[in-house]
Amino acid sequence: MTVPSTSTTTGPATGADAAGAAAPARVIAEMASVRKDYGNVQALRGVDLQVRAGEVLALLGPNGAGKTTSVGLLLGLLKPTAGSVTLFGGDPEGAAAKMRTGAMLQISGVPATLKVREHLELFASYYPAPLPIARALELADLGEVAERPYGKLSGGQKQRVHFALALVGNPDLLFLDEPTTGMDVGARRAFWQQVRAFIGSGRTVVLTTHYLEEADALADRIVVIDHGRVIAEGAPSDIKSRTAGRRIHAVTRLEPELIRSLPGVVSVERSGAALDILATDAEPVVLEMLQRDGELRDLEVGGAGLEDAFLALTGNGAEAARAGGRA
Amino acid sequence: MTASTARTDEAALPKRNLARLYLLEAKFEFLKLWRLRGYSVSTLVFPLMFYLIFGATFGRFTTQGIRVATYLMVSYAAVGVINAAVFAFGAGVAAERGQGWMMLKRVSPMPPSAYFVAKTVMAMLFSALVLVILTVTAYLMQGVHLAAGAWLELLGVLVAGVIPFAAMGLMFGYALGPNSAPTVLNLVNLPMAFASGLYIPLDQLPPLIQHIAVYLPAYHFAQLALSTIHADAIGSVAGHLTALAAFTAVFGFVAVRAYRRDEGRTYG
Repeated sequence: MTVPSTSTTTGPATGADAAGAAAPARVIAEMASVRKDYGNVQALRGVDLQVRAGEVLALLGPNGAGKTTSVGLLLGLLKPTAGSVTLFGGDPEGAAAKMRTGAMLQISGVPATLKVREHLELFASYYPAPLPIARALELADLGEVAERPYGKLSGGQKQRVHFALALVGNPDLLFLDEPTTGMDVGARRAFWQQVRAFIGSGRTVVLTTHYLEEADALADRIVVIDHGRVIAEGAPSDIKSRTAGRRIHAVTRLEPELIRSLPGVVSVERSGAALDILATDAEPVVLEMLQRDGELRDLEVGGAGLEDAFLALTGNGAEAARAGGRA
Repeated sequence: MTASTARTDEAALPKRNLARLYLLEAKFEFLKLWRLRGYSVSTLVFPLMFYLIFGATFGRFTTQGIRVATYLMVSYAAVGVINAAVFAFGAGVAAERGQGWMMLKRVSPMPPSAYFVAKTVMAMLFSALVLVILTVTAYLMQGVHLAAGAWLELLGVLVAGVIPFAAMGLMFGYALGPNSAPTVLNLVNLPMAFASGLYIPLDQLPPLIQHIAVYLPAYHFAQLALSTIHADAIGSVAGHLTALAAFTAVFGFVAVRAYRRDEGRTYG
């Protein structure tokens, strides 16, 4: 099932949504027809995005897709080249919006000589109703290093300090920009637990990630971004089913054009003497290939990486998504 | 539509303790740099070290109508003030921009002024500490004694001197990267202080340098400081004040330009 794409915001349905703003699906952050250029580089090419109260929204996409730019715009760090951005119904740069927002951004660090507790105490003072420091320490699992200077922490602990700084203000809306980059699998799972513990009580979260697994583990809704455009949107199960492609690698004398014409094949690329084939289902394609080429060798079949999944979504997948969205 | 002016009235916002916010910002700014040996040592210990060496060597001579022992106490305090301000703002801002700490603060509801007020207050505190250390040393070592009124006046000038050099630091802080900032600041600071007569009295320096000095903010700052202890002033107080105001304006202007240019790239 596909949630209707927000690119249809000109329709009368949107007016009805806005009228029912008292409902739980209140929009608390919004990007409307946003374009963002950096010189000649188009980072966003017309993005419509709505963040609804209480949801965990994942912006999923490969590096350079425009996720961090979107977060920068929603937080007021960047100005859109065209279109509009609102946060809590107002200017993202306004202090009122900032007091309800916390952010874990991709930063390399905070001052090394201040202790963890001191950093949290300082950030808590910026907010009208912050969490108790002890609670923030507990939520980010920093209790044991509270009195340690930031510079003496491990990489994972530093990351958790950035998380604690985002939540110590007790925000209604939490931004997590690629929060687990560089973490190992164990640390990532532990982090997801911490995020779930914090957001339990009806908070709204905007998470950016290039891990489908992470979006699946945390989000209620996934928006897939690639090359500055929203290419798919839906529940995690929906996105997952659409990205569950397989990669087939084989040396064959069959022509790429022929393989491309087989049902279920998304793309075919030459890789040295072999072909790299991306397909929604591997078995029928492999069967067909073996029947047509008895000398086929070096056959490998594996799960498609996320890059492949995006290819699938941008290719016929995106068409399907759009068709589904309109239906 | 996103308005570019986002000044919300503090009164209209949910209540928070602003006094406490500013106090904590200043407290942690001080602690942060106090614990950073590269900063606290170069600000507090270097002027003392120079005084111990040059004060002992030349202390009994006279310059500008006062003992060199007194002159150097004032000029090394000025060195401390300049270092405290230029490095807190220059190296500090460059590093904190580079880390992303500034970006995190920009996203937070911290009033932007809190960051700059805290750095200014902290640099002023270090400036006062430098003067106290040098006053005690000069008294014990050279019997230098200032009237309480003159000392307080000197303290006032030194502490106010943080402002032009904070502007100078900000200019470099926004224009330079986190790695190059400390080196460039040293390359600028040391020759500037030397040519302004801060390490060796001006009349002991070659005439060429004496001509250059009038174009340097540190020279005007030092002469203002010396005027409080009744040294024979070179130039007028009004002239030095005007020069420092002009330097502050130019540095501030360049700093704002550099900040604007940088904003889109590293988020400020």
